Amino acid sequence: MSTPVLSLSGLHKSYGALKVTDGVSLDVMPGELHAIIGPNGAGKTTLIGEITGEVALDAGTISFCGEDITRLPIHQRALRGLTRSFQITQVLPGFTALENVATAAQAHDGSSFHFFRRASSESHLNRVAMDALAQVGLAPRAGMVAASLSHGEKRQLEIAMALVSSPKILLLDEPMAGMGREETEGMVEVLMALKGRYPMVLVEHDMHAVFRLADRISVLVYGRVIASGTPEAVRADPAVREAYLGEEDFA
Amino acid sequence: MAETPVPPVMPAAPPLWRRIWLPVLVFALLAIVPLIWGERFILGLVTRAMIMAIAALSLDLILGYGALVSFGHAAFLGIGAYAVAILFTHDIVDASIAFPVAILAGALFALVTGAISLKTRGVYFIMITLAFGQMALFTATSLSAYGGDDGLRMFHRSEVFGSRLLANDTTFYFVVLGTLLACFLLLKAIVASRFGRVLRGAKENERRMRALGFDPFLYRLAAYVLAGAICALAGALFANLGMFVAPAYMTWQRSGEFIAMVVLGGMGTLIGPIIGGIGVTLVEEWLAQITQHWKVIFGPMVILVAIFARGGIVKLLTRGDR
Ligand SMILES: Nc1ncnc2c1ncn2[C@@H]1O[C@H](COP(=O)(O)OP(=O)(O)O)[C@@H](O)[C@H]1O
Ligand SMILES: [Mg+2]
Repeated sequence: MSTPVLSLSGLHKSYGALKVTDGVSLDVMPGELHAIIGPNGAGKTTLIGEITGEVALDAGTISFCGEDITRLPIHQRALRGLTRSFQITQVLPGFTALENVATAAQAHDGSSFHFFRRASSESHLNRVAMDALAQVGLAPRAGMVAASLSHGEKRQLEIAMALVSSPKILLLDEPMAGMGREETEGMVEVLMALKGRYPMVLVEHDMHAVFRLADRISVLVYGRVIASGTPEAVRADPAVREAYLGEEDFA
Repeated sequence: MAETPVPPVMPAAPPLWRRIWLPVLVFALLAIVPLIWGERFILGLVTRAMIMAIAALSLDLILGYGALVSFGHAAFLGIGAYAVAILFTHDIVDASIAFPVAILAGALFALVTGAISLKTRGVYFIMITLAFGQMALFTATSLSAYGGDDGLRMFHRSEVFGSRLLANDTTFYFVVLGTLLACFLLLKAIVASRFGRVLRGAKENERRMRALGFDPFLYRLAAYVLAGAICALAGALFANLGMFVAPAYMTWQRSGEFIAMVVLGGMGTLIGPIIGGIGVTLVEEWLAQITQHWKVIFGPMVILVAIFARGGIVKLLTRGDR
């Protein structure tokens, strides 16, 4: 039995009286795509924030590749290969798509305390960036300023930035949110292609996508994991059916 | 999607002349000024304008590229100027010592105050840099051994390896122009470097940069130190221009003027603050000759430009370029 890449144990977080994370423990195994589903406000985004270090925990420990990272700041977790995308896309709006990705590549390519050489002529960074843009289908938009990209393209751009970040795990917070049918299908294909190459934590509302992609699913409701297992087991779980009562995907 | 072969097309940069016509024009104009107007007054005025442009340029690195509104930037001008004048009173009159000391003093003050200020953001950053600026001002007024409120006089300009060549106003003019050009080219390289990219990225989206693995604090601090060092160099030149330094060099009003120069000229471009620094200095001088109440006219002018020329003068001049 191999050891988990990411291991959460006993995570707790409250905002005042609101328990957003209530004793969450879960493991992500190498190569596994672990989906986290749950109704709005269940605490999924907060959980991703706790893993990446944006949200301070009240209690619990997080270990990543065998190292306790509970107290590490955001950027140091990122440098260790904990790579995320955001539910509300976060790009560098004034940079071109290419420079967005090249900047991500730069973070994992030696020191950035270089003051004289033109960063935009570092062909190594540009090549890696172009490659990633091509993988997510954004190559034709490389020269566009990120602010001018469509919502779906910004999501693709975030994935490209993640790909060049030497990820040891991908944490994707609703990568299909706000996308049209066609764009969603494109994103599912991209994720299919990435599956197995990287372990992933996928927070997603689109049940069709989740059941196609996930190896394991954990269901989060009011900050608690009420079920965790294979897609079939979760689909059959009475507690999950209860929480999702009336949702056609479970009918 | 992933399997579609897409030829990796690198985005094309705009043609060279579009990127350089404005700096070339500005520096060419500055280079011919002494040939056209030899009078001491004009020469001195434009020299002062260029020194202010160096200071504005240094502020632009943190304000325009780092989005950090420092309201205490004049402190660095004063520190550089005082370093030169104080060494002068101790018979250390050579620029080869005085100027590096001035630059280091500015860098050191920036390192200490920056390490504290940069822990805050927004209005707090403005207030704390203002407070440090006022501290430097009060320190200068309390230096009774060095003139206190009245300031400090130098009997001649700094020597350069024992020679008095800076005593010639035209030579001094070209030394200042050369320094301005060197600072411009240096900062041009820096903002385009890996370091500059991180600084710009942190301004674009700090949260994203952290998630990519960058700690913006370190990059901002380095930029702050660099800006302080360059502004102190401007101060060292300023002390030499009038052969005089006074606490008035570091008032918050002057820090405000630096901000106005950067904003009016064009934040986040490097030629903008140069145009702004020179323009503001010349317009102020011109208005001051018309009326002693020139600030009543200058204030509304600043507001008008800020409203009608967002992006500054450079934006207006290069509108057709893109
Ligand atoms: N910084 C915060 N302060 C107070 N409440 C918060 C904060 N962040 C999130 N919440 C609350 O925590 C709950 C969980 O939010 P979130 O993690 O975004 O849920 P999900 O991503 O599952 O929709 C919501 O009720 C939200 O309002
Ligand atoms: Mg969410």
